[in-house]
Amino acid sequence: MSADHATPVSAQGLQAIGAPVSGVEPQKDAGRSRTARRTGVILLGLIVPALILLAWHLSTASGFFRPSQLPSPASVLAAAVDLAQRGQLAPHILISTQRVVLGFVIGSLLGVLAGALLGLSRLADVLLTPTVGALRAVPSLAWVPLLVLWIGINEDSKVTLISIGAFFPVFTTLYLGLRHVDRNLVEAARAFGLGGLRLLTTVQLPAVVPALFSGLRLALAQSWLFLVAAELIASSMGLGFLLTDSQQTGRVDRILLAIILLAVIGKTTDALLGIAERWAVRRWA
Amino acid sequence: MTAVLAPGSTQSHRKQALGVRFAGLGRSFGPSTNRRTVLRHVTVDVEPGEILAILGTSGCGKSTLLRAAAGLDIPDTGQVLIDGTPVTGIDERCAVAFQEPRLLPWHTLQANVAIGLPKSSSASAGKAKVLELLKLVGLDTFAKHRPREVSGGMAQRTSLARALARNPGVLLLDEPFGALDALTRIRMQDLLLDIHRAQPTTVLLVTHDVDEALQLADRILVLGRGDARGDTHGDGRRPEGSTVAELLPVPGDRPRDRNSADLGALRSTLLSMLGVTGH
Repeated sequence: MSADHATPVSAQGLQAIGAPVSGVEPQKDAGRSRTARRTGVILLGLIVPALILLAWHLSTASGFFRPSQLPSPASVLAAAVDLAQRGQLAPHILISTQRVVLGFVIGSLLGVLAGALLGLSRLADVLLTPTVGALRAVPSLAWVPLLVLWIGINEDSKVTLISIGAFFPVFTTLYLGLRHVDRNLVEAARAFGLGGLRLLTTVQLPAVVPALFSGLRLALAQSWLFLVAAELIASSMGLGFLLTDSQQTGRVDRILLAIILLAVIGKTTDALLGIAERWAVRRWA
Repeated sequence: MTAVLAPGSTQSHRKQALGVRFAGLGRSFGPSTNRRTVLRHVTVDVEPGEILAILGTSGCGKSTLLRAAAGLDIPDTGQVLIDGTPVTGIDERCAVAFQEPRLLPWHTLQANVAIGLPKSSSASAGKAKVLELLKLVGLDTFAKHRPREVSGGMAQRTSLARALARNPGVLLLDEPFGALDALTRIRMQDLLLDIHRAQPTTVLLVTHDVDEALQLADRILVLGRGDARGDTHGDGRRPEGSTVAELLPVPGDRPRDRNSADLGALRSTLLSMLGVTGH
């Protein structure tokens, strides 16, 4: 939220006040150098994972760890290929992703509604904040027995648990964001006759868009966390199931595979949301 | 520059400059056990079309007075009458420009100025009015820029344009040039006078700058403890809170010579009333 803010006077602006602004050629250069810088950043970020992979490979190849303790990278890859050929890898990944996406979307929507209600209405705030605070204090896994009894061991209970996980980060950031919208801006808008719905859509909601996106990113991370919790406890498919199942059969290679897949998919979804966040911050902040 | 604001060139319901009367205004802040009076018995009549500068030391209640006129603050005692009718809430007849520009960062300058338009204005007339005002404050080429892409002075001009978009009967300016550099401030003062000549609205200008008040105002209202030049209460104590310490006409037509002897004498008087001596 910080670096993008400092955008100085744009090229158009400089042109408008008569300052010399060079034409298309240097702008293309600037674009190319920005791409180059981005590529550089990505490559630098890959150095440490590559080193870890190398150390992993060397420690297994040298016989420092036995394969039953730590399988080699190659055998983890082989486990992946093996699972894929049996047609099991894709279903595990897809069902887990589906649960996360559903739970995340439902939980975030409810979080936005509740956060907006409590953040904007003094009455709802006084009435409901203690209750919501108490619910938030419940460790989320404490809901599992209740969900299993009430909903059963099925998709709904898993998605519900993930929704609970996604709800609170979105609710909290939006609620606090609305409480802390720049009073000066709100007062200025009120002085120009804005109130009610127009004040909400013109000032308050746009002002909290950046906060909302950080809440969504936290919620997505929570969703993956709760996915694994849900699948570890009771499931017959998914990456969490792959973990417990492999633990019982002693397949350390598959455990590592599941962990790596969770890391890669989690990071990918977070990066996608990060792109949306950067756009929103540029647009609204 | 003035042509765009010629009478009848814009909206049909252009409001005349309106008179403002502060009638026995009093306001205190804080919990009931530790109430601090800021204003007491402020009674002033402002003529329609007049520029009244409000001077006073910081914390003396200048802004509170202005906010009462805008309907942003409700006085404890007394009331503000605009054109004879009391202010009861946010008042359509007023427009405010604050010390900070207070622009919406996610909107262009054009959209920010449009916030000031009265509710009744049609979309096309409103857009034309906004573009006119941006031209008036010299920002027509920056209409599509965002506030963070322009300088502080340009943002403050946008804020002024937003206030003017309201066709205000009373223009309330709360130290609008206070945060600007000296050169920009002088340009903004000239701009304000241009605007006032073209559209003679009533202006209440809160400022801490004595020279600004001398340049712009028809009269200067000094807020203070009641009598800044000596004790008239006999017991050596003055009641808490500010009231009208002095209401002085400023001699000469605008633009005024900053170095004239009359203004010099008045400047010394004002400064000593504000507690600064030896200038």
